[in-house]
Amino acid sequence: MSQNAFITEETIEGADDGPLADVTVAVKDNISTEGVRTTCGSAMLESYVPPYDATVVERLKDAGATIVGKANMDEFGMGGTTETSAYGAVKNPVDEGHVPGGSSGGSAAAVAAGDADLALGSDTGGSVRNPAAFCGVVGIKPTYGLVSRYGLVAYANSLEQIGPIGTSVAETAALLDVISGPDPRDSTTRFDLDEDGNGTDETDHPAADSNYAGAADGDVDGMTIGVITDLLAGADDRVVEAFETSLDDLRAQGAETVEVSLDSLEHAVQAYYVIAMSEASSNLARFDGVRYGQSGGYEGNWNDAFARAREEGFGEEVKRRILLGTYALSAGYHDKYYKKAQDARAWVKRDFDDALDQADVLATPTMPVLPPELGESLDDPLQLYLMDANTVPVNLANLPAISVPAGEADGLPVGLQLIGPKFGEESIVRAASAVEE
Amino acid sequence: MSETPVDAEEVKHVAELARVDLDDDEVDAFTTQFAEILEYFEALDEVPEVESEADLVNVMRPDEVEASLDQEEALQNAAETEDGFFKGPRVS
Repeated sequence: MSQNAFITEETIEGADDGPLADVTVAVKDNISTEGVRTTCGSAMLESYVPPYDATVVERLKDAGATIVGKANMDEFGMGGTTETSAYGAVKNPVDEGHVPGGSSGGSAAAVAAGDADLALGSDTGGSVRNPAAFCGVVGIKPTYGLVSRYGLVAYANSLEQIGPIGTSVAETAALLDVISGPDPRDSTTRFDLDEDGNGTDETDHPAADSNYAGAADGDVDGMTIGVITDLLAGADDRVVEAFETSLDDLRAQGAETVEVSLDSLEHAVQAYYVIAMSEASSNLARFDGVRYGQSGGYEGNWNDAFARAREEGFGEEVKRRILLGTYALSAGYHDKYYKKAQDARAWVKRDFDDALDQADVLATPTMPVLPPELGESLDDPLQLYLMDANTVPVNLANLPAISVPAGEADGLPVGLQLIGPKFGEESIVRAASAVEE
Repeated sequence: MSETPVDAEEVKHVAELARVDLDDDEVDAFTTQFAEILEYFEALDEVPEVESEADLVNVMRPDEVEASLDQEEALQNAAETEDGFFKGPRVS
């Protein structure tokens, strides 16, 4: 446990039997656990103890899993290296001089180090896939609406999903089988309704008759894989080399590859950050120290008291995003930033739909770079944002994607990302399982 | 050059809107960084107007009382409470 992968190590026993009996799971510390503190990696919530379980935690317990602890993370999910945690950085188990990626860095590091069999992370712009790639494990970002977000402390609601992390595609997919499904407490998981909101047949949820673990059969014979050329140009040569080797291997197994290009991707990172920061500025307004969180005990005008509590409770990256989001939504700038970002989001969605008409799944390197050294990248926020170029488009389009290990370069892991159509989790699991072969 | 140069006063104004105090060093650092980041966001100007269709429908349930947190649970994380209420700082 030397990588600082956990903020709180505490065992939560699940049911006596079930599909995850005898399986240990690390849970990212922004997912609520009844009676076990949930800090979101922030000093603001250092002593916050949720009075209820997130739906995914209930599902883990019902499936017999043993939760072994709350995994370290970038503060409120805001970062790609797990260095913005108020509880210290996490080391990459593959090479401890490097970051594990983020924001679910503790979750991926716990799995890579063998401290847990599986883990849950959350992915707003790549936060499951990025650390999975950097730690050499598997991570899935489900289609928006496949997994309940009830009990996930919100950062950017319209973008985020809880997703599983594991050492193999089949085991990771099996965890997705457990956590997916409709939830009356999260209306975005409801697909059983007509346009008037009528109808109650819950079997209409896409997960109802799915078998994600069963899809890990490695059979890519005849599958068409679209390679997104736009996302190769800016990537590190060593990453591209490992990526190309994996594609050769998939072709040898009978898959066909075609090149696709999506013009909208040039604007994806800008659109993602404007939308995520705007949503963050609204979501994090709730942390005023009155109902929960650090209050500081300040007297005087309430706005001054809140501003001082928030200065103390939030770290630098969280302040930066709250302020930029507030700016983007403020009078005179809303149309220039937020509205344009929504246009770009719709454009990205449309481009993906077109590309997925030409191919069954799409492929990119998960991360355009190898894991940075600890401390190397913190000083330049914009450079860190650009590192998310390959992962954020998927969240903008609400699509599913998986990161699967694709070898190493200079002793550091490289991840291959496979993107599927809406609720096409079985296709990306199938293709990823062939990469493992 | 950016059409929206950011100065320290603007950073302080946004911080006030967001109810986050900043010290002088933070104001300096954010002023420089915001100029750089906002200039990068400028490229959104090139994005055409795009029609989008909502994927989701409104979800309602019958308006009936269901179980929820009890008062003690709802108050358990509050720094200060009084007579079953949250207690916050003075309004003025």
